[in-house]
Amino acid sequence: MPERDAILAGLRAVLPGGRPPVPDFAVVEEKRWDPGERAARLRRGMAAVKAEFIEAGPEDWPRAVAAFVLGEGLPSLLYGPDTTEGRALAAAWPALGPRLVPYDRPVETFKQELFEGIAAGFTTTLGGIAETGGLLLAPGPFEPRLLSLVPPVHIALLRADRIFDTLLQAFRELGWNKVLPANALVISGPSKTADIEQTLAYGVHGPRRLIVVLVS
Amino acid sequence: MAAEPAAPNGLEVDFLASSARALADPQLRRNFRRAMDGLMAKRAAVFPDPSEWTRLRALGGAIRAKNLLKLPDLLERLEKNLTKNGITVHWASTTAQANQVVLELLEARGVKALVKGKSMVSEEMGLNHFLGAHGVESLESDLGEYIIQLDGEMPSHIIMPAIHKNKDQIARTFSEKIRNAKYTEEVDELTAMARAVLRQKFFEAGAGLSGVNFAVADTGTLCLVENEGNGRMSTHVPPLHIALMGLEKVVERLDEVAPLYSLLTRSATGQAISTYLNLISGPRSGGERDGPREVHLVILDNGRSRIFQDPELRATLACIRCGACMNHCPVYTRIGGHAYEAVYPGPIGSILTPQQEGAGLWHELPHASSLCGACAEVCPVGIPIPHLLIRLRREAGHRVPGSTVLGAGSARSRLEDLAWSVWGWVLGHPAAYRLASWCATRCWRLLPSRAPVLEAWTRSRHKPRMAGASLQERLRRSGVPDA
Repeated sequence: MPERDAILAGLRAVLPGGRPPVPDFAVVEEKRWDPGERAARLRRGMAAVKAEFIEAGPEDWPRAVAAFVLGEGLPSLLYGPDTTEGRALAAAWPALGPRLVPYDRPVETFKQELFEGIAAGFTTTLGGIAETGGLLLAPGPFEPRLLSLVPPVHIALLRADRIFDTLLQAFRELGWNKVLPANALVISGPSKTADIEQTLAYGVHGPRRLIVVLVS
Repeated sequence: MAAEPAAPNGLEVDFLASSARALADPQLRRNFRRAMDGLMAKRAAVFPDPSEWTRLRALGGAIRAKNLLKLPDLLERLEKNLTKNGITVHWASTTAQANQVVLELLEARGVKALVKGKSMVSEEMGLNHFLGAHGVESLESDLGEYIIQLDGEMPSHIIMPAIHKNKDQIARTFSEKIRNAKYTEEVDELTAMARAVLRQKFFEAGAGLSGVNFAVADTGTLCLVENEGNGRMSTHVPPLHIALMGLEKVVERLDEVAPLYSLLTRSATGQAISTYLNLISGPRSGGERDGPREVHLVILDNGRSRIFQDPELRATLACIRCGACMNHCPVYTRIGGHAYEAVYPGPIGSILTPQQEGAGLWHELPHASSLCGACAEVCPVGIPIPHLLIRLRREAGHRVPGSTVLGAGSARSRLEDLAWSVWGWVLGHPAAYRLASWCATRCWRLLPSRAPVLEAWTRSRHKPRMAGASLQERLRRSGVPDA
């Protein structure tokens, strides 16, 4: 790798002495809110960018999801069948309700249907961010990456007791300074753009709607 | 001092002419004025607390400075951890090498169509043009980039590439360039049109390409910031993902990304947070059902390690590409991005381009500033842009011993050099000085205001008026001792 070695040698040749500055994170670390206020802040932040909220209890949220999908006339919901929440959703799903589709195949055998035949996707989250709004997701074998991206509606389950104060706190408490999943995401609302005359338009490439099912 | 390359693609760079053309275009000026006013107001609204802004900016500046001081070590650590995560790392000293790496990756896999998330490094490389010449379709998927690609233009802003156009112009472009498109000025309908075209492209593409906002050394993670979802589509749908980054984008730890990300989205578009922050630490792993089979990262130098050599100019590399300096620049706001004729316009472009591409060819850019300081005031990592502009003005036009700037001194003017040596000689010889000041005060008004050399000043200003006698003469006349 001659380029690699030449570049690194070039940088090392002029490497200055002196001690690097020590970043002081206090301005972020001191941002703290009470648990109740965390949920309220998150809602305010996300509602401002057009995320929608459904409140539900720890037992009845699967029925709340089903009722929403039914009420909106969405013909299908894609989900990860191998999580605790996925199993709870399937167990509570109405027999004659919209199609509940498990994402249990490699995308290569499922791409056409994923892009053209799925109305909504359901995912869990690892938590939320109070300061700015935002959901933390770690897609993986149980909840594939495209589940929260390709279907036009994304329904995400958030437990109110998993709302962190800041993104900084979330990164640290999730242990992500050491190891990260192959993909991790922060999502704060439906896909949007302001590339035409600074005018906001939603649903440009990703989901047009983001529904947060807030469980408390 | 190094020899300076010729103008890219044989282009003539003439900032004075292009800025004059931009100033004479009222539509362009309205489009920019409106957009920049909006962006400035939005930014101000998300930094309501001056003390939080000051402290957060100090944190951002410290993180970037620290990471630059450790740059070679962090790049090596990044490479090691990315490799461990299954991401292949490539290095390129020049844009030609980087283009070649991308082309070989695509050709080896028989890929004929590439979808792109936004990447300014790919603009540096002229990647779309290069791939097109080798029979690979390279399609921009960021809405703004898509619009200007349809029109065969360059971005006029690093964050909002199509900001120079209004919706009527975009409506016309879409109705002419997209098959079966009807003419509409409704932004939602225009967006939906682009969505329909690009969804199909994401579905079909054999590869996706993206930039990188931050690369985390400790965990081997590529961080992508976006609102549209096209970055996620480009990096997660096709079987091959190629990421491009300038070598300065590395940070040591993930938690350092949190404040930088907050500074970036707030400074760029006045958003507390973007719609997506996409953290990529590997290709599809065992058991995963989607995601790319392969992820490659190309680390590009293209002049950055030269910039790194000077301890002051190194601050140029702290930039996180938010574009706030453009939005707040009275020059950029009036002439727009294209007038700079460079990949990176505005204040950051005016310090970056001469250093990357040569201070001689681009010697006008450091002068494209009133030195009002607005850029430094809003810079989220505290880059002293006006100070660096002054240094580059000096080092482009004069022999400065030890200057590491590419093409330093190559914009020297014989006439200016002569004027300074005469001036220096006169100041060193009291009799000559007295004679010169006597002549200047007596003969100045005889000089026509359109005289050569003076004309450059009087083209847009009145000819300065001089006193009838020098201060020294007047003091001496009024009996001040030692005058």
